[in-house]
Amino acid sequence: MTLSDKPAGASYVYLQEPEIRFLEAAVEHLIPTDDLGPGARDAGVVVYIDRQLAGSWGTHGRQYRSGPWMDGTPQQGYQSRYTPQEVYRIAIREIDQHCRASFDRPFAQLAQDAQLRLLQQLEKDEIALPSLSSKLFFDLLWRNTEEGYFSDPLYGGNRGMVGWKLLGFPGLPSGAYRDLIASHEPYHAEPVSVLDVQTGRVPVDAQGFPKHTLIKPGKES
Amino acid sequence: MSATKLKPVDVVVVGSGVVGSIMSMELASAGMRVVCLERGKQFDINTDFHAPNVYDELKFDRHSDIFQNLARDTLTFRNNGAQTALPMREMGAFKPGEMVGGTSAHWGANARRFLPHDFEMYTRIKERYGTSFIPEDCNLQDWGVEWDEVEPYYDQFEDIFGVGGKAGNLNGEIQAGGNPYEGPRSREYPNPATRRTYQGELFAKAAESLGYVPFQGPTAAMTQDYRNLYRVQMLQCASGGFCSSHVCAQGAKANPLTAVFPALMRQPTFELRPLCTVLRVNTDSTGRKATGVTYIDGRGNEVEQPADIVILGAYCFSNVRLLLLSGIGTPYDPRTGKGVVGRNYTYQQGGSVQIFFDDREFNPFIGGGMVNTSIDEFNGDVIDRGPLGFIGGAYMDTNMRGAAPIKAKPVPPDTPAWGGEWKKAVAYNYRRAMTIAIHASCMSYKQNYLDLDPTYKDAYGQPLLRMTFDWHDNDLRMMQYMTERCAELGRALNGSRMNSKGKGSHFQITGYQSTHNQGGAVMGADPSTSVVNKYLQCWDVPNVFVVGGSAFPQNPANGPTETIGMLACWAADAIKESYVRSPGLLV
Repeated sequence: MTLSDKPAGASYVYLQEPEIRFLEAAVEHLIPTDDLGPGARDAGVVVYIDRQLAGSWGTHGRQYRSGPWMDGTPQQGYQSRYTPQEVYRIAIREIDQHCRASFDRPFAQLAQDAQLRLLQQLEKDEIALPSLSSKLFFDLLWRNTEEGYFSDPLYGGNRGMVGWKLLGFPGLPSGAYRDLIASHEPYHAEPVSVLDVQTGRVPVDAQGFPKHTLIKPGKES
Repeated sequence: MSATKLKPVDVVVVGSGVVGSIMSMELASAGMRVVCLERGKQFDINTDFHAPNVYDELKFDRHSDIFQNLARDTLTFRNNGAQTALPMREMGAFKPGEMVGGTSAHWGANARRFLPHDFEMYTRIKERYGTSFIPEDCNLQDWGVEWDEVEPYYDQFEDIFGVGGKAGNLNGEIQAGGNPYEGPRSREYPNPATRRTYQGELFAKAAESLGYVPFQGPTAAMTQDYRNLYRVQMLQCASGGFCSSHVCAQGAKANPLTAVFPALMRQPTFELRPLCTVLRVNTDSTGRKATGVTYIDGRGNEVEQPADIVILGAYCFSNVRLLLLSGIGTPYDPRTGKGVVGRNYTYQQGGSVQIFFDDREFNPFIGGGMVNTSIDEFNGDVIDRGPLGFIGGAYMDTNMRGAAPIKAKPVPPDTPAWGGEWKKAVAYNYRRAMTIAIHASCMSYKQNYLDLDPTYKDAYGQPLLRMTFDWHDNDLRMMQYMTERCAELGRALNGSRMNSKGKGSHFQITGYQSTHNQGGAVMGADPSTSVVNKYLQCWDVPNVFVVGGSAFPQNPANGPTETIGMLACWAADAIKESYVRSPGLLV
C-alpha cells in the first residue's frame, strides 16, 4: 500500500470527500508511519472516526444536551453546543477556508511541514475559527485518533492490529494468564481481537479464551 | 396525570447496587416483602457479558451503556460558589453506573476496610494534636460508630463478596504477611491473598529498604473458586485484565450480579423492578413519616408504591438528590453553615509515580482483579502528623490492572503529546514501566456541598443536582508530602526515569480519577451535623434509611465499596433486629 492509496475496502457513512482528505493528512502527522510500523492513516483511523461520527457517540446520544450553553472554565469540561458530527464538519470547513485564505490551497494540499505547523497552532488554539475553538476540534481529533489506532479492529481502525503490535499488547487474554501472574518471563503473542473471534479466524476454548500463538520478543511484525 | 397506587409492601429499596441488593437480600430472607426499584436495565450475568465482546476497551471504558445515561440525568458542577455551575455533559472524572447491579458491577474489586481511626477521626485528631490542628474550614467529624461495633459487618460483607487477603491483625495479634496497621479482625479473610507479581516484588523490596512493611492488599476478585454466605458460587479470577469499567466475563469479580442476585431472585418475598426511576419519597402531612415512593415505570407511567420502610440505597448523588427533591432533612446552607442535606460532600485525592526501566520487561496486560502490593505506613494516623501539619493519609501500591492500550500507555517526562517521538516512546515504554499509585483521603469543607441546581433539569423536569467542590490546602499539602514519599519509593526501584502525576490545584470534572464520590447525607451522633444516625436512619423521618457512600462524613484513603457493603449489612441488621420490633428512632 502506498501513502496515496486509501486503506483497502474503506467505506464511509458520514464523512465527505474533502473531510476524508483532510483527516487522512492530519492523523498521519499525529501518529506517523515510520520504521516501527504504519501510522494512523494506514491503520484505518479515518474509517474509525467516520463510524464513530455515524453512531450514537457522534450525535452525543448519551450526553447531556440541554441549554443554556456557556463556555465555562476548563475544569467544567465539554460545554460546546455542537455534537462531534458538527464539530468535525464545521471545523474542517473553516480550517480549509483558513488555509485557502493564507496559502491558497486546502490543508490536505499543503506541504508536510506547513500541515504540521498548522496542527500545532490548532492544538494551542492559535487559529481563530469563526464558529468554534480550534483546540476543541484538535483535542477531539487527537482523542479519536488514539482510540482508532488502539481500539479493537472491530471499529474500523487498528487495521492489522498495528497499534497492539507496536506496544506488544496481545489483545484478548489467554487462559494461561492465571498461571503467569507472578512470572518474570516476558510474554509475547500474536494479538487476537474481538473481530478475530467473531469472524472465526481464531478459535476459543470453553471459557471463551483464544489460544495464543507465542512469538519471540522483538519479532512482532 | 394521576399516579397508579399499588398495594403496600414492607420495604421499598431504591437502587440495586451493593447496598440495594444486600439490604434486599437480608430483609427478604427475613420474610419481609421487599420491592427494589432500579432505573437501569436488567442483565443476565450468565449470558450478557460474554466473550469476546467483554474484552473491548472502547465499548466499556469510553462509550459504555452500563454507566449513567447523561442524556436523561447528570449533575452540574462548579469549583466555588462565585461560579455558575454547568452540566457535566460527558462522563469524565467518575463513572456512576446505571444498571441492575449498580456502579459496583464495573468496580475494580478494591475491597479494603477502613481503619479504626477513620471512624473516630475528629476525636482522635483532637486528642493527639488538639482542635487547633484541624483546618479552619474543615467539617471534620466522627461517624457515630466504633470499630468493634462494625467489625462483624465487615466480616459478613467479606464473606458475601469472597474477599481474598492475608490478615495482619487477628483479634489484636499482629500476623506476619498481612497489613500490621489494619484494625483487629475477628477472622482470617475468606479467600487467600493474591500472588505477588514481578512488579509487586520490586515494590516490596524497595518498601522494605525504606523500612516499610509491604503486604498483598485485599481483592474481591476470587483468588480461588468460592461459595459465599448466600450459597452462590464464584469462579477464580483468570487475570485477563478488562476488569475495572467492565463486568467480568468469568463472573470472578464479586458484585451484586455475581454474589447476591442469584440468591436474591429466589426469595419469594422479593420483587425487582428495573427501568423504574424514583422521583421522590412521599411523606405524610406531618412530614415525619414516609408513606412510600413515586416513580416512573418502564412504560412511562407514574406509579406510587406505598411502603412501611423506605431505603435509599442508590449512588451518593441520587441519595442526596432524592432527599432534596422530597424535602426530607434541612438542606445545607454554606453561608450560615446550618442544615445537613448536601453538607460534607467529599471525593478522593490521589496521584502516582511511574518508573521506567531500560533493563526490565513486564507483562502489564496480565492482571485485573486488584492484584496489588501495598504499604500502609502513611495511612490513618500511623505516623505523627504533628511536624507535617496536615490531617489525612494515603496508602500506596503497585497494582496490576491489566494495561489497556487506549488509556494505559505511560511515557517518560518531556515526551511530546503526539507525533513520531510520542509513538516511539509509547512503543518503548508500554512493557518497561510500572506505576506506584497514591490513594489518599479527602476531608470535608464548609465550601464543598451538594444542592439542587437553579437552572438545569433532568428528562423528567426535575432539577439536577449541583456540585460545588474544590481541593483545599490541607489535602494539597498532604498530597505533596505523599508524592515525595512515593518518589522515594520510585528512586529505590532504580529505574532509568520517573514521571510524577497529580490532580492539579483545582478539581476538574474531566479525565477519569475515581468513582469515589462520598458524603452529602452523612451519618453521625448529632442531628445538627448529620442526616442519618449511626444506623443510617433519617433523624427527621425515622422510617427512611439512607445507606451508601453518601453517609461518609469525610473520605478516608481506602476505597469505599467495602465500607458501603459493611454499612448495608449493619443497617439491615438494625432494621431486622430492632426497628421492626419497635418502629421509631433507634437512637
